[in-house]
Amino acid sequence: MKWKRSRWLELALVVVVLTLVGILVNNLAVNLIRTGLGLSFEWLWQPAGFALSEHTLPYQPGDSTAWALLVSWLNSLRVIACSIVLATVLGVGAGAARRSLNPLLRQLAGLYVGLIRQIPLLLQLLFWYFVAFLGLPSQPFAPIGTLISLSNQGVGILGLNLSVEFSAVLVGLSVFTGAAIAEVVRGGLDSVPRGQWEAFRSLGINEGLGLRRVVLPQALPAILPALSSQYLNLAKNSTLAIAVGYADLYAVSDTAITQTGRAIEGFLILLLSFLALNLLINGGMQVLNRIVVHPAQRT
Amino acid sequence: MTIAVRAESITKTFNGTQKALDQVNLSVNHGEVLVVMGPSGSGKSTLIRTFNGLEAIDAGQLEIVGIPLDTDQDERQIRRIRRRVGMVFQQFNLFPHLSILDNITLAPIRVKKVSKANAEQRAHGLLAQMGIADQAMKYPAELSGGQQQRVAIARALAMDPELMLFDEPTSALDPERVKEVLDAMRRLAADGMTMIVVTHELGFAREVADRVLFMDAGRVVELTDSTTFFTQAKEERSRRFLNQMAH
Ligand SMILES: Nc1ncnc2c1ncn2[C@@H]1O[C@H](COP(=O)(O)OP(=O)(O)OP(=O)(O)O)[C@@H](O)[C@H]1O
Ligand SMILES: [Mg+2]
Repeated sequence: MKWKRSRWLELALVVVVLTLVGILVNNLAVNLIRTGLGLSFEWLWQPAGFALSEHTLPYQPGDSTAWALLVSWLNSLRVIACSIVLATVLGVGAGAARRSLNPLLRQLAGLYVGLIRQIPLLLQLLFWYFVAFLGLPSQPFAPIGTLISLSNQGVGILGLNLSVEFSAVLVGLSVFTGAAIAEVVRGGLDSVPRGQWEAFRSLGINEGLGLRRVVLPQALPAILPALSSQYLNLAKNSTLAIAVGYADLYAVSDTAITQTGRAIEGFLILLLSFLALNLLINGGMQVLNRIVVHPAQRT
Repeated sequence: MTIAVRAESITKTFNGTQKALDQVNLSVNHGEVLVVMGPSGSGKSTLIRTFNGLEAIDAGQLEIVGIPLDTDQDERQIRRIRRRVGMVFQQFNLFPHLSILDNITLAPIRVKKVSKANAEQRAHGLLAQMGIADQAMKYPAELSGGQQQRVAIARALAMDPELMLFDEPTSALDPERVKEVLDAMRRLAADGMTMIVVTHELGFAREVADRVLFMDAGRVVELTDSTTFFTQAKEERSRRFLNQMAH
């Protein structure tokens, strides 16, 4: 059997990485023994002792730390999933708008993408939390019918009550990632030959329909891989939720680590949780890829 | 006779300097076949692309199938024209992710609101007319160039256009595939379709065209009936071009 050079390179890389990891683990073990700490996960089953500002499953401070971590992981999952949906809507809209025939739409979308990408995400999250949401009046008001009610106590959408913290993280992550997705979508649209646009236009098909039925389906093979890396970025960036006091996995792990002093174990759990999250996103994207990308276009 | 195309001193400039169309006057009657010839870069594509709004003119007046097409293009107005004017491209531009049938029925169903059943029946009829009745369920990549171009013609015809524009429809084809496309176009002309065809196919022009428009550097050099053009072209520039083409 003949192996390609890239295969050998891959193997060499794996060996190097494994060696490094081995050295690291060895160091860790030696240090743990020396300090007399030893790896232990017993603390996970002790009462957490701290409150969580929001939880989708029943939770009280007397529950175990493990339960607190699980509940906070669900908080992360919730805000990440909602942000992925909202960011995709924003991004596809803005990306398509950048190739619209309407010059005003084009400029607005260009402004959005240009502005948002200039400002660090942390700053944007702080803005949404402290300026936008906490700046709302304390009495709820409904800007568009009964659909949405806004106040500095929380946001109500179709009877659903969202905390101010959740809303700030959701909007912050979505607006930020939406701008990046807009660029991905624009690049994807540009990868479709001009002749395809001219062909649908020549048939009297309008821009919206042409985009949906002709151009986007052909742009997807170029868009999807970049899109999933934007989703992974979003998931990683969600850890900044700690800055506005949203009880996400990272924030709660941080509290637990501080209380128990179990930094190594805590980070291990964090690491595995995010690994699971990324695998989830990757798996989802692969399923999506199989559904929406036409067999003839798969590479 | 009603007029399909009326162009009065239309001008188109690219990048501020490159005059692709320079004061072009032209009028094409319904039922007429006009062949457009001229050297590369003379403005042939630009000319017919202004007729369905793919290029906007900078000056002059343009009226297509009775609808004015102003210098400041109104999207709705352009779509009204495009619904009634078919276009066939050199590179076919079929939608690769749609079956042949869907390529042809997409616009009738979504733009003209024809029922799916009627649109498909019509599509099968058009494919038969183009001599490719058995290809409906395939994808564009599975067809030869000549077959793809005939699908492109069928796709345009499915909108029941009053005017068909062809931009070098056989230039991207293998020589042995040219005839099948030209034959389909001949039949179309015989059925009375109004056609404006940019082509270097002298045989087709001689045989099918009512008139020939010869362009150079964005200007109309000669516009005359095809017999006169091929036997006794007035302009030296046209004669030189014909001479080159014959060799
Ligand atoms: N989109 C464009 N941007 C800039 N210049 C253009 C554009 N399209 C055409 N031109 C220029 O306008 C002139 C006319 O081009 P056009 O494509 O109409 O010529 P043509 O007669 O169709 O040539 P060919 O036989 O090579 O297809 C050329 O000089 C060309 O370079
Ligand atoms: Mg051309």
